[in-house]
Amino acid sequence: MKGYRKYFGKKILWFFITLFFAVVLNFVLPRLMPGDPVANITARITAGMSNVTATQAIYNEYIKKFGTDQPMPVQFVRYIGNLLRGDFGQSFSQYPRTVGDILASSMAWTVGLQLPAIVTGWIIGNILGAIAAYIRKGFDKVLLPISLMISGLPAFGLAIILLMVFGLGLRVLPLQGGYAQSLIPAFSLTFFKSVIYHYWLPFLSIVIIFIGGQAIGMRSMSIYELNADYVKYSRFMGIKDSKIVGYVFRNAMLPQISGLALSLGTMVGGALVAEIIFNYPGLGTTILGGITGSDYPLISGATLIITIMVLTTSFIIDIVYGFIDPRVKAAQYD
Amino acid sequence: MKNTLRQIAHSPKFMIGFCMILLMVLSVFIYPLIVPGNPLEMIGLGTFFRPGTYVSVYDSVSTDKRYVIKLSDAAEKRLASKLAPEDREVMKTWLLAFGLPEESIDLENTEELLQLWRNTYDPELRFDNMTTAVRKHVQRTDAKLDSLLTDTDIIIASETDGTLTQSGAVGANDYVNVSEIANVRVLPLGTDNFGRDVLKEMISALGTSLLIGLIAGTIATVFGLALGLLAGYVGGIVDDIIMFVTNLFTVIPSFVLLILISFSISQTQRGTVTVAVVIGLTSWVWTTRSVRAQVVSLRNRDHVNLSKLSGHSLPRILVADILPYIASYVIMAFILQISSGILAEAQLSMLGLGPRTTTTPTLGLMMYWAMLYTAHINGAWWAYFPIVVLIACVSFSLNLMNTGLDQVFNPQLRG
Repeated sequence: MKGYRKYFGKKILWFFITLFFAVVLNFVLPRLMPGDPVANITARITAGMSNVTATQAIYNEYIKKFGTDQPMPVQFVRYIGNLLRGDFGQSFSQYPRTVGDILASSMAWTVGLQLPAIVTGWIIGNILGAIAAYIRKGFDKVLLPISLMISGLPAFGLAIILLMVFGLGLRVLPLQGGYAQSLIPAFSLTFFKSVIYHYWLPFLSIVIIFIGGQAIGMRSMSIYELNADYVKYSRFMGIKDSKIVGYVFRNAMLPQISGLALSLGTMVGGALVAEIIFNYPGLGTTILGGITGSDYPLISGATLIITIMVLTTSFIIDIVYGFIDPRVKAAQYD
Repeated sequence: MKNTLRQIAHSPKFMIGFCMILLMVLSVFIYPLIVPGNPLEMIGLGTFFRPGTYVSVYDSVSTDKRYVIKLSDAAEKRLASKLAPEDREVMKTWLLAFGLPEESIDLENTEELLQLWRNTYDPELRFDNMTTAVRKHVQRTDAKLDSLLTDTDIIIASETDGTLTQSGAVGANDYVNVSEIANVRVLPLGTDNFGRDVLKEMISALGTSLLIGLIAGTIATVFGLALGLLAGYVGGIVDDIIMFVTNLFTVIPSFVLLILISFSISQTQRGTVTVAVVIGLTSWVWTTRSVRAQVVSLRNRDHVNLSKLSGHSLPRILVADILPYIASYVIMAFILQISSGILAEAQLSMLGLGPRTTTTPTLGLMMYWAMLYTAHINGAWWAYFPIVVLIACVSFSLNLMNTGLDQVFNPQLRG
C-alpha cells in the first residue's frame, strides 16, 4: 500500500504542477507576444472603421477590461481570482452570454462525442493490432496499409469523406448540427433520437482514425513482445498458444495505456477540428466562432478548458495504470 | 552505411512512399511551367465553376505594354446590315417632327444616325402632327434597335402539333470550335469560391504546405535532438530541468499552444514561415523524450567512455560517438514531424489561424475557404475533396517511407 500511496502522491503533485503551468501559459502567452495584443484585438474589431476617437475609446475600454494597464503580477492574481470563481469573462461575439455559459454547453457536446469515441477506438484498435501481429501474413498485409492510410488522414479529412458518402451520396445521415434545427434541447425522446441520428458521422470519423493509430502501435508492440524471451521459453515449455497470446496481449497493452495518456492532446485537437466540418455544437466549433469573431475571452476560456480536460483525463489514465501494472508500485521503492 | 542504403532502396514500402513524394515535389515545380500565371488570380467571375473548359469573353491583347485593340466599329457594322431602310425612314420621320433640319440626317451613315437617335429620342414626347399609330410605330422601332444592340441567345425550338416549344438556347457567348479560340482556359478541377483555378492553386498550395512541413520538421527535430542529447548525456540538474519542461509540454496539448500563439500574433505578421516556426516550436517534445531515452542507454558504452577518457570535448562526443547510433531514429522522427507539421498547418488554418490569406495558398487555407463557403453543402466537391485526397497522399507516403525505414532498421518487424 505504501508504494501505491507514493505513486499516487507523485501523480497528484504532478497534476497540480502541470495545471498551474497550463494556467500560467494561458495567461502569459498572449501577453508575451511581440506587439500589443489589445491593439491587435482592437484592430480586428474596428477593421473598416474610420472614426479615430471611437477606435481609441474601444482600445482604452479593452485595456481596462483586461487590466493590461496594471503590472503583470496584479493582473495574474486578478485572473486566478476570476478563474476560481468560475468567471471567464464576457463573450464579445455572443454578447449577453458569458464565456462560462457558452463553454458549459459546448463542453458537454465535446465530452459526449470524444470520450466514447476514444474508448471504443482504443479497444477495437488494440484488438485488431494484436490479431495482425499474431496472424501476420494475409490479415497483416491488408490491415497495415489501411491503418497507415487512415491514421495519416486528419480527422477532418475522414469527416468530409464520410459526409460525402453518407450525407450527400446515400442521404442516410444528416449533414450538420448536433440535433435537428427544428428542435429545442430538452429531455424528450424525439430530441434524444435526433441527437443519436446526428451523432453517427462525427463519432465514426473520430473512431476510425483512432482505430488506425492504435492498431499500428499495438501491432509493433505485440511483434516485439512475441519475439521476447519469455514467449520462446513458454513455447519450449509447451504452454498452449492461446495462453501465451494472453500474456503477450497484457504486456503489449501496458505501453498502449500510458501512450494513450500522452497522445490524448493530439487526438483531442484533431477531433475538435473535425467538429467544424459537421458544425457540431462542441468546443471546436466554438473556437472557430471565437476566432472569426475575434472573441478573445472565449478563445482563452476554451483553450483553458481543453487543457484542463486533457490533463484530468491523462491523470485518471495514470491512476488506472497504477492499478493495472503492479510494477509501478515496486518501482517506488528504488 | 552503403549496405543500409541498399537495403532501404530495396524496401518496397520506402520506395513507393519516396516516389509519391518525389512526384508531388516535381509537379510543384513543373506544373507552373505548363500553366503559367499567378495561382491566386481570380479568373472566374462567380463562385464554384464546375470542372470544364471555359472561354474568356473578355478578349484583349495584353503584353508588357497594354494595347487595347479597337476593332473598326464591329457592333455598328453588324447593325448596318440589320437596320432595314423602312426603319431608317421611320426614324427620320420622328427626327424631322422633333424639329431637326433635314440635311443633318444622313440615312446611309448608320453610326451617326444611331448616335443622333440615342441623343434625341424620347418616347414621352408627343407631336401634334403625328398620329398615335405612327408614334407607336416609332416606339416599336426603338425597341427593335435596343434588342439589336444587346446580345441575346438564339432560341432553338421544335414544332409539335403546330405549337413551338423551346428545346434549348445558343448563347451569344457560346463557341463551337473551342480549339480555334485564343483565350481558352481548361479548369480540370473548376474554380473555388473566389473564382480561382483549383488545380493550379492546389499545386501551389502543396508546395507551400510541404515547405511548412519541412521548416516545422527541421526546427522540431534540431531542437528536440539537441535537448535530448544534452539531457541524456549530461544528466544531473540539466536532465532534470529539460525533462521537467518536456513532461510539461507533453501533457499540455500542443494544439492549445498553437491556437494561443497564433491568435496572439497579429494578422499581418502571420506569414507562412512564422506559422511553420510556431508549429516547429510546439512539437519537439516527442523527439526529446525518445532521443534522451536512447542516449541514456548509450551513455555508458565502452567507446563513449574511451572517448571521454581521451579528453574529447562534449560536442565531439555527442556528434561522433552518440549521434551515429541514433541517426536512424532521428531520420524517422524527422519524417514524422514533416507529416504532422503539414497536418498541424491544415488544422490551424481550418480554425482560421493559418498564414495570411491573400498572398500564398496553403492546403489548409483552401479547406478553410471551401468550408466557410459551405462547398460541401453546395455540392462543389471539386473545391475540397481533391485537397483532402492530397493531404492524405502526402501523409500516407511519408508514413509509408517511415514504415519502410522502420523495417530496415528493426529487422524484428519484418514479416
